[in-house]
Amino acid sequence: MGEKILMKGAEVIAEAAIRAGCMAFFGYPITPQNEVPEYFSRRMPKLGRVFLQAGSEVAAINMVYGAACTGTRVITTSSSPGISLMQEGFSYIANSDVPCVVVNAMRGGPGLGDIAPAQADYSQAVKGGGHGDYHSIVIAPHTLQEEADLMFDAFDLADKYRIMTVVLVDGLMGQMMEPVEFKEWVDVKKFKAPDWATVGQRDRDQRNIITSLEILPEGLEKMNLRLQEKYRKIEKNEIRFEEYKMDDAEYAITAFGTVARIAKTVVGMARDEGIKLGLIRPITLWPFPTKLIEKRAKQLKFFFDSELNAGQMLEDVKLAVNGRKPVYFYGKLGGVVPSAEDIYKEFKKHMEGGR
Amino acid sequence: MKTVYKKPESITNKPTTYCPGCPHGIAHRLVAELLEEMNLTRETVIVWPVGCSVFGYYFIGTDAVEAAHGRACAMATGIKRTHPESFVMTYQGDGDLASIGIAETVHAAARGEKITVVYINNGNYGMTGGQMAPTTLIGQKTTTSPYGRDPKLTGFPMHVPEMLATLEATAYIARAALDSPQHIIQAKKFLKKAFNTQVNGIGFSLVEMISSCPTNWKMTPVEAMERIRQEVLPVFPIGEFKVAEGVE
Ligand SMILES: Cc1ncc(C[n+]2csc(CCOP(=O)(O)OP(=O)(O)O)c2C)c(N)n1
Ligand code: SF4
Ligand SMILES: [Mg+2]
Repeated sequence: MGEKILMKGAEVIAEAAIRAGCMAFFGYPITPQNEVPEYFSRRMPKLGRVFLQAGSEVAAINMVYGAACTGTRVITTSSSPGISLMQEGFSYIANSDVPCVVVNAMRGGPGLGDIAPAQADYSQAVKGGGHGDYHSIVIAPHTLQEEADLMFDAFDLADKYRIMTVVLVDGLMGQMMEPVEFKEWVDVKKFKAPDWATVGQRDRDQRNIITSLEILPEGLEKMNLRLQEKYRKIEKNEIRFEEYKMDDAEYAITAFGTVARIAKTVVGMARDEGIKLGLIRPITLWPFPTKLIEKRAKQLKFFFDSELNAGQMLEDVKLAVNGRKPVYFYGKLGGVVPSAEDIYKEFKKHMEGGR
Repeated sequence: MKTVYKKPESITNKPTTYCPGCPHGIAHRLVAELLEEMNLTRETVIVWPVGCSVFGYYFIGTDAVEAAHGRACAMATGIKRTHPESFVMTYQGDGDLASIGIAETVHAAARGEKITVVYINNGNYGMTGGQMAPTTLIGQKTTTSPYGRDPKLTGFPMHVPEMLATLEATAYIARAALDSPQHIIQAKKFLKKAFNTQVNGIGFSLVEMISSCPTNWKMTPVEAMERIRQEVLPVFPIGEFKVAEGVE
C-alpha cells in the first residue's frame, strides 16, 4: 500500500485499472464518465499501453472483444446509453469465455434521459442484458476506496473465470473526490498470452479458435451447460456483501452503491432514536447474496429496499425473502438522489404501519 | 517426382459448406497460398464474418476468431493494437462490411489500422437467402427487391474501395475479380501487395473481390462468372485505387 491520494472517482477507476495491469482501453466519450477515458489517454501511451477512442460504443466493445481474445487485460468504460449499444458485444463475449472489464457509470434513463446519477441499469447488468442465457459478474462499490480495491478484483475475477466483470457505479461516484490508497502495482512483465489466446499459432501444437457459434443444437446446449456450470461455481465462490449493524437488527435496508452509502447515515439516524436498523449491502449484484437475505429474514420485522430506480434489485430481494417478511421499497427516478432524511422518513412510515 | 500442385499448408481437410461453384473457395485458396508463401500462417489471426464464410476457420487453419455481424474490423483492431507482431486479417462479405459493418470499416480505415481486409462482394446476402445488399446492381432482382433494385427507393451500388481511397490513412486499396484465371492471378497480386502493406507496417489495406453467388443468382457457376463480366465489372471496375508510398 502506498500513500493516500485525493482523487476524483472517475480517475480512481482509471488509475486502479492501470495499476491492476490493464493493458488496453477502448471507449467512446459519454457523460458522466469522460474523465475516465481522458485519464487513460494521458497515462496509457506513457506506459507503452493501448488507448484508443473508437468510432462508437459498438466498435469499442468489439475492440475489447478482440483484445480479450488475446488474453490481454482490457477495459471499456461508458454510461447507460453507451452500455445499451454494447449489449451485442457482451453477449458474444459471454459465449466466447473471454475476460474483460466494463465500467458503467449509470445515468438517468430511459432513452437519452439525463446525466444525473441513477441505478436504473441494474436489471440490464445482472440479468444479462444482451441475448441468450448468460451472466456477467457485477460488482458495485459504494466508496472510492472500495472502488480502488474492487478494480483489481474485477480483473482477477475476469481472468479467473474467463468472464466479463461489470463495475456498476453511478455518475455521483464518478464525480466525487475522496482520499484513496491503491494496492501494489501488478507486475505486467509477468503476463503472457494464455494457452487459449488467439495471437497466431507460432510454436503451439494446436491452433486456437474463439467463436460463440455452434450451429448444432446439441452442441450449443453443451456450450450453454458449460456456461451454467461456470455460473454455479461463481455463485458458490464469489458472493460478496457488507452487513452494517445487522447483528441485533430488527429492520434492514437493502441498497447498493451510492444509496448504500447514504443508507449508512440512515442507519445512524435510526440507531440514535433507538430503532434497531441495519444495512445489507450486496457488493456483488451478480452473484446475489440470496442466502444471506434469506437467513436474515428470520430475525427481521421487514426489509426496506431503496434504489435510484423503480425497484429493480427489489425483485431479487423479494425472491430471497420469498414472502417470509414484508419488503417495502423507496426509489427515486430520473437522476434524483434522495437525502438520508428522505429515506429515513419513508422507512419510518412502514415502521409505524408495521407496529 | 515433381510436385505441380498441392494444397496450401493452412487449407484443412474439412469439406467446405459452400455451394458448388461458389468463389468463396477461390478466395480462401488465394489467402492460404499467400500466407504460406509469405511464411505468415503461424503468425496469423483471421477475423471471420457472419455470412456464408462464417465457418471459414474450419477451412483455413490459422488462429481465428468469429466476429459479430459487421464488427470484424473493430475486433481486428483490438487484436492488432494489443499484438502488433501478429498478422491480422478480416474476411468479410458485402452485407457484413458495406451494410451493417460500414462504420467499423470506415473508422478502421480512417485510423490507418494496420490490418488487411479481404472483402467478398457477391452482390447479395448469400447466407440468408439472397436479399438485397448495398452492392446489388440497379434492376437486380433479389428476395427483398423482387421488382429489381430501384435507385429511387434504395439508392445505388456502394463502391467501398473508391470511398476508402479518399481517406488519408489508407495505404493499399484495390478491387479484383474472381471470374477468370487471368483475374484470379491478378487478384493474388493485389492481395500480396495488401499483405505486404501490413507486414511492412505501412497502414490499412483492403482488396475487394468481385464474386458470385450462383445459388441465389439462380445461375450455373459458369453463367454466374459470365454475369460478372457482362454486368458487374462495368459497375465495379477492377483496379488499384490507392497505393501509398512504400507499398510493393
Ligand atoms: C446482427 C445480425 N443481423 C443479421 C444477421 C443475419 N445475417 C446473417 S449473414 C447475413 C448477411 C451476410 O451477407 P454477406 O455479408 O454479403 O455474406 P455472404 O453470405 O453473401 O457471403 C445476415 C444479414 C446476423 N447474423 N446478425
Ligand atoms: S449462398 Fe452464394 S455465397 Fe453462399 S455459399 Fe452458396 S453460392 Fe456461395
Ligand atoms: Mg454477400
